[in-house]
Amino acid sequence: MSLSGDPLVRLTGLEISVRDAQGQDKIIVRDISLEVQPGEVLALIGESGSGKTTIALSMLGYTRGACRISDGTVEVAGHRLDSLPEARLQGLRGRVVSYVAQSAAAAFNPMLPIMRQVIEPALVHGLMTREAAEDKARGLFRALALPRPDTVGDRYPHQVSGGQLQRLMAAMALITDPALVIFDEPTTALDVTTQIEVLKAFKAVVRDLGTTAVYVSHDLAVVAQIADRICVLRDGMVQEQGRVEEILFHPRQDYTRALVAAAAARVPAAPMPDLPRDAGDPPLIQMRDVVAGYGGVDAQGNPQVRILDGVSFAIERGKVLGVIGESGSGKSTLARVVAGLHAPASGRVNLDGYTLEGEIRHRDKEQLRRVQLVFQNADTALNPAVSVGEAIGRPLTFFHALRGADRKAEVARLLDLVRLPAALAGRLPGELSGGQKQRVNLARALAARPDLLLCDEVTSALDPVVAEAVLDLLIDLRRELGLAYMFITHDIGIVRAIADEVMVLYGGVPVELASHEALEGPLHHPYTRLLMASVPELRPGWLEAANSAFSCGSTPGAGHAAGCRFFQRCAVSHPGLCDVLDPAVHVGAGQTIACHRGFDGLQATPGIAQGAIPA
Amino acid sequence: MNTVPKSGVPYGAQAPKVRRRRMNVSLLLGGATIIFWLIVALVGPMVAPHAPGQVVDLDVFSPASSTLPLGSDYLGRDVLSRMLIASRFTVSIALLATLLAATVGVFCGLLAASSGWVDAIFSKLFDTLSAVPSLMFGLVVIGSLGASIPVLVGTLATVYSPGAFRTSRALARNIAVLDFVTVARARGETLPYIVLREILPNLVGPLAADFGLRFVFVTLLLSGLSFLGLGVQPPNADLGALVRENIAGLGFGAAAVLVPTFAIASLTIGMNMVIDAVSGGRRAGGRR
Repeated sequence: MSLSGDPLVRLTGLEISVRDAQGQDKIIVRDISLEVQPGEVLALIGESGSGKTTIALSMLGYTRGACRISDGTVEVAGHRLDSLPEARLQGLRGRVVSYVAQSAAAAFNPMLPIMRQVIEPALVHGLMTREAAEDKARGLFRALALPRPDTVGDRYPHQVSGGQLQRLMAAMALITDPALVIFDEPTTALDVTTQIEVLKAFKAVVRDLGTTAVYVSHDLAVVAQIADRICVLRDGMVQEQGRVEEILFHPRQDYTRALVAAAAARVPAAPMPDLPRDAGDPPLIQMRDVVAGYGGVDAQGNPQVRILDGVSFAIERGKVLGVIGESGSGKSTLARVVAGLHAPASGRVNLDGYTLEGEIRHRDKEQLRRVQLVFQNADTALNPAVSVGEAIGRPLTFFHALRGADRKAEVARLLDLVRLPAALAGRLPGELSGGQKQRVNLARALAARPDLLLCDEVTSALDPVVAEAVLDLLIDLRRELGLAYMFITHDIGIVRAIADEVMVLYGGVPVELASHEALEGPLHHPYTRLLMASVPELRPGWLEAANSAFSCGSTPGAGHAAGCRFFQRCAVSHPGLCDVLDPAVHVGAGQTIACHRGFDGLQATPGIAQGAIPA
Repeated sequence: MNTVPKSGVPYGAQAPKVRRRRMNVSLLLGGATIIFWLIVALVGPMVAPHAPGQVVDLDVFSPASSTLPLGSDYLGRDVLSRMLIASRFTVSIALLATLLAATVGVFCGLLAASSGWVDAIFSKLFDTLSAVPSLMFGLVVIGSLGASIPVLVGTLATVYSPGAFRTSRALARNIAVLDFVTVARARGETLPYIVLREILPNLVGPLAADFGLRFVFVTLLLSGLSFLGLGVQPPNADLGALVRENIAGLGFGAAAVLVPTFAIASLTIGMNMVIDAVSGGRRAGGRR
């Protein structure tokens, strides 16, 4: 549709500035010049604050809040978006350029059926009749591999899953055949197993329709699957631009190299030597047959909604248990049960052989001290009105009765322990960066001198390079202090790097418990295989090769009555057995698996025994 | 081709000055007004030239003169002296009532936010209270108990505590679910520590704004009650009472009715300006 060689998008010397509270203009994006050819997918990659979303939004002629385009030009499909009046821009948005946001749940109106919202852009711009638009939408639903494409439009947003909603938003963006689609971190909020399906759908539809797209992400491995070219951004400036292979395999800038290194699989840390202990000593923490959930309890004392169902594990002193699973698998509830924030309905939690009470108020101070919780989001885990020194100092006073100069010295020592300058003690959390906040969060937990740290997704909210540093710190601290961790994450790569033992949760049930060595081995529960196979690898073409050999469908088992919870998604299930009987637990070398197939059956399953993924 | 309006420099250079000045003017003007009335309330009656009930002029509603700077009222009393004593009554009663309403409301609100059954009881109680029209409530209570200063303060505080309760409860509930409160609970901290040290410091800004707003409402209701004759009783008076007793002077443009009217207006508007400036500044600063 365009002249050959003419770029569809051309930014020249783009500069965007923001007005701060004092009314000063601050440049947040400077001197951006880039082009996107028709049919090409360009990825904008960078950390938070690198200006990637700001630049992407400028291609809609839009700037957020107090931002404005202060210099340069934005040209999309022949329109000068930087100088057009708002009324003209509104005629272009959704027709010439459309946008797919990170959170589809927030982008859909919960009160309207999906179809009405998907076809709205076409009707607003008067491009087609309602009937034609609905036909087209159903075609897009099919192209995006949505289940029941003919009727999904009649549903309401809360009636479909997050991954489906994200694809429906893509359908909304594509309904007008726009010249350019902007994807703004569309898979960041999704589980890995869902992400892979959404990515496949996006890639297929972009290829089939020849759509030109700008894909904003912080995840290099995701971008490697979908983009033709990558533009690396940092502090609002272009660091490097090039074809995907160039950036991944021959990065020229130091920063790009650091990004690629952070995205590559981590080298597992050296295993911790066993701490000396007597053979008869009980493990540091031990959980036996814990059932926890919400709602009233039935005759057997089980809650109506079971978040955790029969979870057992043990952590020795100085060891790390990795807990992985998708959202809703019960991993955070597990940490809350250990911390005493959620009393289990049945089962017991032992600390050093002594049973812990279910609720905090029944536990003694010493028990509380020994188990500390570190939350994912340091923004909400630190009180914005309390200084760093006070936040770290409080557990010192509370547990160790430290006051005055002693306390001050100990706060400085703890800050040093998490590699922060002691001068930070006087600051408020709002003045710190994300990585610094997470370190303070950690220092506060360490102040109690715990034996066990419950780390709930502590690196998930951080940029890759920062997350890498925090992870290294955790590994160092463990060596220095002999701490045990329960490390909850959805990222199997992190678990591989840090854990001595791994528990895989699915629907509140541990489907596999594997030692570090066994995790690297070939035999796994089908769900573990699915998780492993869903982590994007840092090479183009991985997405095409990643066949869902271990899964069919993406709806987690709803209305579970009996049998294996993974049954509906399992590609190697035995109908008539797996959906009727609870799976038996098979114990192997350093590994237990809850699966009807057992170790022999899993070995015999094609594609699983080799540990390879059939193309 | 390059016709982008490069207005960045002049626009960026002018706008901040205008905005900062406007914010400061609002704060300075409002603050000065409030401080002025506080000083008047504090020292006014001591420097008043006459006793408030003393008739000093044979003429009523006489204009300003060297002996009577604000003229005389409907009985020939000195308006300046009456203004000074009335300001003290209005400011101190309103301040006391607001403090009482805020203390009770915030205390109950924080308690309600941290405990389920307390919340149920308090919410119903305060909801019932706020369902009664405020002026009617004042009329009934003061009508039956008589108009004394403790009754006035108590009535005003009762009328305005549900608002303070609702505000602090809503704010505290939002804070109570954040992770840092969970961390404190997991550490085994007591409820008073969590409420006072973790939750309350995050409410100070909004609650201060709420306090100012409530002071305005209390002042207006007090003036309204006094206008109906239920406020401070003669020979003393508050600002609302001055307006009522001199209302006949409105036709002559007498200072006796205009000055207290402007006093009420300046007190409430001044407080509003301070709240706007302070909370507006916080918001802009909070947005980073």
